[in-house]
Amino acid sequence: MESESNIDHQLVSSGEFLTFILGDEEYGVDILSVQGIQGWTGTTRIPDAPPYMLGVINLRGAIVPIIDLRVKFELKSAEFNSTTVVIVVKAYSGEKEHIIGLVVDAVSEVYKFDVESIQRNPELSNEQVNDFVEGLISIDEKMVIILDINKLASEWSLDLDQQESAA
Amino acid sequence: MAIDEDLKEIYDIFFEESAEGLEVMETGLLSLDFGAADLDTINDIFRAAHSIKGGAGTFGFMEISSFTHGVETIMDQMRDGKRDVTEENVQLLLESVDCIGTMLECLKNDEPDNADQRKPLEERIKALLSDSESGSDNPPAAENAGSSESKPEKTGTKHWVIHFSPNTELLRTGNDPVLLFQELKTLGKLSIKANLTNIPDFDDLDPEELHMSWVLELVSTCTESDIIDVFTWVAAQSDLEISEKDGNPDTTSASETDKAEKSDKSAPGAGAKSSAKSSTSAGAKDKGSATKSRESASIRVAIDKVDSLLNLVGELVITQSMLRRFGDSYDPDSLKELRDGLSQLERHTRELQESAMQIRMLPINSSFNRFPRLVRDLSTKLGKKIDLVVSGEHTEVDKTVLEKLNDPLVHLVRNSLDHGIEMPDTRVANGKPENGTLHLSAAHEGGNVIIKVEDDGAGLNREKILSKAIQKGIVQPNEELSDDRIDNLIFQPGFSTAEEVSDVSGRGVGMDVVRRNILDLGGRIRVQSNPGVGTSLRISLPLTLAILDGQLVRIGTEVYVISVLSIIESVQLTKAQIKTVSGSGDVFKMRDEYIPVVKASDAFGIHERDMPSPADILVIIESENTKFGILVNELLEQQQIVIKSIENNYKKVPGLTGATILGDGRVALILDVAGFQQTTDRTKIAKDAALLAEAA
Repeated sequence: MESESNIDHQLVSSGEFLTFILGDEEYGVDILSVQGIQGWTGTTRIPDAPPYMLGVINLRGAIVPIIDLRVKFELKSAEFNSTTVVIVVKAYSGEKEHIIGLVVDAVSEVYKFDVESIQRNPELSNEQVNDFVEGLISIDEKMVIILDINKLASEWSLDLDQQESAA
Repeated sequence: MAIDEDLKEIYDIFFEESAEGLEVMETGLLSLDFGAADLDTINDIFRAAHSIKGGAGTFGFMEISSFTHGVETIMDQMRDGKRDVTEENVQLLLESVDCIGTMLECLKNDEPDNADQRKPLEERIKALLSDSESGSDNPPAAENAGSSESKPEKTGTKHWVIHFSPNTELLRTGNDPVLLFQELKTLGKLSIKANLTNIPDFDDLDPEELHMSWVLELVSTCTESDIIDVFTWVAAQSDLEISEKDGNPDTTSASETDKAEKSDKSAPGAGAKSSAKSSTSAGAKDKGSATKSRESASIRVAIDKVDSLLNLVGELVITQSMLRRFGDSYDPDSLKELRDGLSQLERHTRELQESAMQIRMLPINSSFNRFPRLVRDLSTKLGKKIDLVVSGEHTEVDKTVLEKLNDPLVHLVRNSLDHGIEMPDTRVANGKPENGTLHLSAAHEGGNVIIKVEDDGAGLNREKILSKAIQKGIVQPNEELSDDRIDNLIFQPGFSTAEEVSDVSGRGVGMDVVRRNILDLGGRIRVQSNPGVGTSLRISLPLTLAILDGQLVRIGTEVYVISVLSIIESVQLTKAQIKTVSGSGDVFKMRDEYIPVVKASDAFGIHERDMPSPADILVIIESENTKFGILVNELLEQQQIVIKSIENNYKKVPGLTGATILGDGRVALILDVAGFQQTTDRTKIAKDAALLAEAA
């Protein structure tokens, strides 16, 4: 597998989404937020981290946290194998920029569609997922869950603010 | 005002910072929306003005200080929603920004004050402030007050006003004014106003004669001679008047030029309305570029530091060419030489690293140096008697950290003097020495720089703080807060207990700015106060970019880094040497002392299954006069490591200073020795240890 590919430089128009597989489901993220895709290499554990936080890796000299989306979304966890990949995305919490790695089963496709056609705010019963879902969309009879990755990063920033005010 | 030679360096810093502040104000003002202004932007402008005012006050530049105070007051009213953000107000503020800039220039070049420019502005600010209306009757500044006599000597953008009155014969010689204007337009941002009053009636009009004259306004970095060059060919046939202007041009005339393509910065006052519009559409992008430009600040480095760096690079090149020889033709006999070469390379790399770091490190002296003057002036002004004690002034701090630390420190010191230390008679009445003491100190502690501002004043007035916080809605009336929590409320935005606004302190920005600046540097600030005894502010800053002498240790399957400086010793343990206290905390008896023992597996939440063998090496660590031990599996090598931030992409992790990247590309976490204790409920263990020691 190609260890890394920078997709965002070639596709500048928005409305394109990179999708990936988690179990039987297909999820999508805005392709402009994708920084690269790379193979699973193992992480360094971080103490006191939530279970979905696998640890950090070295990405060209930066310390990048890695999130296991299966754990985050309360899916059955899977063995990491050769198709397991890390999608490196850029998320914003407020002004602050976070580079985050998402561990997914496999990368699927790049779809282009009208952003307007996303069905927003579906009320999903699973709150863990619901908070991070921007909407749902049907493509070729398939359903793709579009994620709002900024919310993943904001979650930590909230934590931090609480820590500060508690301190 | 004459500038003492020995204070020159500090003044230079002030000028540099003020220039930055003015830039912030200008960018902020230009991006303000009339009517519905962004509170954050107003706050930014306000803070910048506040810093300039404070700095100017520190150095006794009273004109600037008092002038900026007026500007600040207007911003304060805008912030509180008492004054509308109107075009006129913004215009006035922009002119004031220019005026402050000129005042600073004059001071810097030891030129007489630009009173001609300042006075009318001062009058207008006063009029605006005394006017309880929104100040809308104030005329927009169209006339160029005191334009030519106050020419700032700076090389930046200038505002030229060109009166071009050609004689009637100009067209006959084949010259076309439009071509000239196009030429001018290549120099910068041009606005043109034609004067048509001399054009005769249609019946008398000779189409080959030119009866127009023009007033051109050019915002450009060009010099006067550049402009004259453009008009060279028509000089004989026209009257040309070129002057430089500091005020703002008439907004209506600036309509033809394409404002969107010029940045706001290059046009200090070129039509606040249109500039503001263009920047609204650009929105967040403008903001981004502004922050970027602020970050690319310069650094002044002593030439000998650069020389030593170059020497080392030279040596490195020699070593490299020597090593390359072995690559070209390998001969087993030369193995020893190869080893020597490699060790030489190692040494050079390390030295290179050190001198590169040295470039960024400056003693905190340069920041502390400004305080004796500040304290003296302020205490005279306030009628207080204060002794300043400075210690640890040789502690080296990263240059960027140092620069960003200046403003917060000034605020803290001013606050201590103004609010903290009491008047001499009150002090005597309370049985304290007449002279108050302000203690400024700096020290390295592990990977942190600790800076303290301590006074022996009255301490914080908790009742007042609490009632103020409730009044401001920061705290709910029925909330129960610990004393410590109340003390630290002073860092909340918009918080100030001073009843009267003075130009010393007490607008409620100080502490907010301080906290924000320190957080920006990845640091922490805490206040500790004892009523009647004094207040201590403790700033803890990480040595960003710092290189640490690290001891690598293996805990379970992972490698961690402990600062070598904090390690006292390491002991190979047998299980019997660890004693338990009340079944939970473990202690180790080192000679006559019981030391709490932290199981890394507990502290880091490492699973038992990841601990293939029990950790049996105790690394004893000292921090802030307390000792504790960490159990590790193995001691690995010692090496210099570069600290990388975890919070950049994640968040601050308690117990860790950061992470580093090992030779094999893996990430290793760096233990925050001081913070680590807090995370491990160490206080309880320490108590237990004390109990045990008593019993023994």
